[in-house]
Amino acid sequence: MPTLFPDEAKSVIEALLFVSGDPLTAKDIAEILCLEEKEVLNFLKEIKADCEKERRGFCLVEVAGGFAFSTRPEHAAHIEKLVRPRLSSLSQAALETLAIIAYQQPVARSEIEEIRGVKCESAINTLLERGLIEEGGRRETPGRPILYRTTPDFLKYLGIRSLEDLPALKRIEAEEPDRENQD
Amino acid sequence: MVYKIKVPVFEGPLDLLLHLIEKNEVDIYNIPIALIVQQYLEYLALAREVDLELTSEFLLMVCTLLAIKARMLLPRHAASSEEEEEEEDPRRELVEKLLEYKIYKEVAGEFREKEILWSKVFWREIDEAKLLKEFPPLNPLGTVTMADLFTAYNHVLRKYEKKREVVSITRDEITVREKIEYILNRLYKKPSGLSFKSLFSGMSSRSEVIVTFLALLELARRGTVMLRQAHLFSDILIFLNESKGGEDSADSVSG
Repeated sequence: MPTLFPDEAKSVIEALLFVSGDPLTAKDIAEILCLEEKEVLNFLKEIKADCEKERRGFCLVEVAGGFAFSTRPEHAAHIEKLVRPRLSSLSQAALETLAIIAYQQPVARSEIEEIRGVKCESAINTLLERGLIEEGGRRETPGRPILYRTTPDFLKYLGIRSLEDLPALKRIEAEEPDRENQD
Repeated sequence: MVYKIKVPVFEGPLDLLLHLIEKNEVDIYNIPIALIVQQYLEYLALAREVDLELTSEFLLMVCTLLAIKARMLLPRHAASSEEEEEEEDPRRELVEKLLEYKIYKEVAGEFREKEILWSKVFWREIDEAKLLKEFPPLNPLGTVTMADLFTAYNHVLRKYEKKREVVSITRDEITVREKIEYILNRLYKKPSGLSFKSLFSGMSSRSEVIVTFLALLELARRGTVMLRQAHLFSDILIFLNESKGGEDSADSVSG
């Protein structure tokens, strides 16, 4: 394949992003175009800046380990007249369950229930149906419980780049309880 | 007139407990159990009017709280040593669970914000099944046919078999000298006489049996051992020759 001029390369990258259903990684693009990953990342940065500068209707988002075009949030009202709105938002129970799976994965149902103090079966089923979590093997302990983990769609759902970019847990160091003040 | 009772919905006993702790502005490390139990039960009573199907987890929590209270009311041992002063606070386990739950409840809140933000964003949806049908992927094997693959496989197999022919197998070397040492050892442990049969029991290889027999013959030739048989076809017993005193060793093997 002949070497691409920078403008051509940017154009081809836009085309690849347009056709791809899933977020494309810079590595994938680099392999297709026979370019260095670093160069591709620079082009992606430029494409992102172009979209902003020209106030295009779409923007370039880094999500679920790759890059993808998405619409701008401010256009949602118009878009929803064209395509049916997304599924309803998740219940509090489902969100809490999802949070535990996201940070503890792979994790068994009983471990989630231990943290939440309530049964989580229906929450897990909802998350499975929505494709936000999946089964990821079994724990080799008695009963061989199913282990759950999040999917790339989970990252896309919350607009997160990768699991490393999950918000940090605010863990509070347990202090010695104050024995003076008992009821 | 219809009364509408609005009862806040809690995600579970820990959620309700956290709510009560925050509402009363009490220290999570120093929960006033009696107060919390009272309010907890008030909520349950209210909620039960609306929803009889209140989950057992809520009721179980009441029991846990009451058990903690009971343990706190029990007189403590007089603090005779420092170890006993370090006695576990009965609330500790519950506090740890609450803190753990609180972490994830907060993260769930952050997830909710992200969910709302990103629900306003749309992605290109690609019908991959349709794309695959319209643009079937190229055969990665190109023009290679089944027969080509079979020939190639056979070729590799033949090469592999040829290689296997030159594999050398090393034989376990058992020397007469080692076996002499072995027989003498067994004889020292058994001065009453070693049975000929038992000498060979447990030997798996033909060469080992032969070498052991040769060793025995050698010992007999040198007069180190004596062989006795009580009657025809009975087991042969092997003894150390007392006159020779078993001083002989494997080193003096000739030939």
